[in-house]
Amino acid sequence: MKRTLWLRGFLALLVAGLAALAWVVWMNGRGESPITDTAGDFVATPQQVARGAYLARAGNCAACHTTRGGAAYAGGLGLATPFGTVFASNLTPDPQTGLGLWSAQTFWRAMHHGRAPDGRLLYPAFPYTSYTLVSREDSDALFAYLRSLAPVSRRNTPHALVFPFNTQAALAVWRALYFRPGAFEQDPTHTPEWNRGAYLVRGLGHCAACHAPRNALGATVDAQALHGGMVAMQNWYAPSLASSREAGVADWDTQHVVDLLQTGMSARGTALGPMAEVVYRSTQHLLPDDLRAMAVFLKDLPPQSHPAQPGDAPGAAQYANGQRLYVRHCAECHGRQGEGAQGAYPPLAGNRVVTMDTPANLVQLVLHGGYLPATAGNPRPYGMPPFRHLLDDAEVADVLSYIRHAWGHRASPVTMLDVLQYQ
Amino acid sequence: MLILLMAWSLATLACSAEPAPRRVPDTMAQRVLPCTVCHGPEGRASNAGYFPRIAGKPASYLYNQLINFREGRRTHAAMTHLVDYLSDAYLREMAEHFAALDLPYPAAQTQNAHPLVLSQGQSLVLHGDAQRRIPACVACHGAAMTGIAPAVPGLLGLPRDYVVAQLGAWQTGKRHATAPDCMGQIATQLTVGEISAVATWLSAQPLPAQPRALPARTTDWPLECGSGAQ
Repeated sequence: MKRTLWLRGFLALLVAGLAALAWVVWMNGRGESPITDTAGDFVATPQQVARGAYLARAGNCAACHTTRGGAAYAGGLGLATPFGTVFASNLTPDPQTGLGLWSAQTFWRAMHHGRAPDGRLLYPAFPYTSYTLVSREDSDALFAYLRSLAPVSRRNTPHALVFPFNTQAALAVWRALYFRPGAFEQDPTHTPEWNRGAYLVRGLGHCAACHAPRNALGATVDAQALHGGMVAMQNWYAPSLASSREAGVADWDTQHVVDLLQTGMSARGTALGPMAEVVYRSTQHLLPDDLRAMAVFLKDLPPQSHPAQPGDAPGAAQYANGQRLYVRHCAECHGRQGEGAQGAYPPLAGNRVVTMDTPANLVQLVLHGGYLPATAGNPRPYGMPPFRHLLDDAEVADVLSYIRHAWGHRASPVTMLDVLQYQ
Repeated sequence: MLILLMAWSLATLACSAEPAPRRVPDTMAQRVLPCTVCHGPEGRASNAGYFPRIAGKPASYLYNQLINFREGRRTHAAMTHLVDYLSDAYLREMAEHFAALDLPYPAAQTQNAHPLVLSQGQSLVLHGDAQRRIPACVACHGAAMTGIAPAVPGLLGLPRDYVVAQLGAWQTGKRHATAPDCMGQIATQLTVGEISAVATWLSAQPLPAQPRALPARTTDWPLECGSGAQ
């Protein structure tokens, strides 16, 4: 009797295991068609190549697929993740080490299904969770452009991930849980401009890669909502694009959003940190119509409601010391009343970067400083000095606590621990 | 009457308009404040600490370094972070801004160094080591070590630690110049003791009365340097 129970239990487990396995396998192969073309079948038109060059800017492919000072698109840059380092691959058409032997269908399958030509599953550090929305036409244009590049022989660097994340099995389970191949569907209740913006923001723009929170397994949570998240391994916070308390643009003029993406600065805000890179390498090169479409779409994101938690006031000593440091180091550029300087330095009074719940970006800015990106619209930007050598951690905490409580602000004070944590 | 009229028109201006937005000077000096926080007021540094003086260095030398930081041929996290998203044209303008500054130098940093160290350093700087095919520093950096326009820097007025760190960085592959990297070839031949001696002697020398870089020349270089004449 006891033996039969054991046997039944074992069989039940076996069936459940096999069912889970079948589910994972099925989920990973959904919608894929067999590859029927070869590299030689694809003949690119000059229009496709030009279009692909533009789309590669929109997707900012070079940012990850180029090492500092290395050949463009030849790969090799390591992307740190909580699970280890993923190395971007060589996208130049070298037959041995790059895309030289890929066909248009295999490229499309990588973009759309996240699968390499040899059938291996790709790591989602390559944001195919967003690129799956890219149209076949645009995928072919990108492929045409990449094939037009000069081939560079650079063998791909093996990823350096910890067990079990270095196994295809773990990746298959992750994909079954978090990846759905998709297609961009026009929403007929909105204008073509809105739809174009949605296609760019959700697809090639892969804004969710930074502007959406990630769960413990590194998957973006509710990517379409763009509710903000920490940029992986960088101690920068990519603010919510739907929140009026963070980087939501619902009440901005459309042109101000376009200005920010095109020039790195606008009457309402500036692009610093990782967003400066996005503007420098990607959005400044986009057509005004596409930027306007993105702005229209972003302005219409469903508003995120997350009421402010009134922060404690900083201690009197901390506030006074912060004020003293502010007058000494910051007021010359940002003004005694945090009013900023037109065309040069952003106001701090009423600035959402100052009052956001997490002080991560403030700590980054004070310690490391930075220039706005140099763009055609703002070719000689002003910049913020790095204060790492002038202020110690306690002083950084004091001055930040001051600006978070001055001029009517009521954001929580910054502690030395925050400064240590985010540097 | 005129004064009254002016006062009245000023008063109406003040009442009718918003307060004028605050402005800062539209100058390069204002734009390079992020540089001078470490490199000292106007880029002249102090003779203590680590950060090198940039005021008065040849423009193309400074420009090449800014590009080298951006392209990963030199590594310094703070420098790379600042120049990462700046254009060639703007970096050139910054370089020219600092190169054009003609400011007094502080007294030499190193005092009372050991005479044996000083003589070893002096010998390498002035004569090199013919047996090991190490050229003299002065062969490229000018007889007075004030550099040669447009791209060879002067060697005086720098902190000793900075010179040691740069020669060390070339040895360990942390600093490169555009190929052929002549300084890399030289630095990798030096011993630790020689690097220390050269840096000690250089940092003990006062600047000559004429501290500017010599005019450009096209011949007479002992080694081929990728960034030499650019």
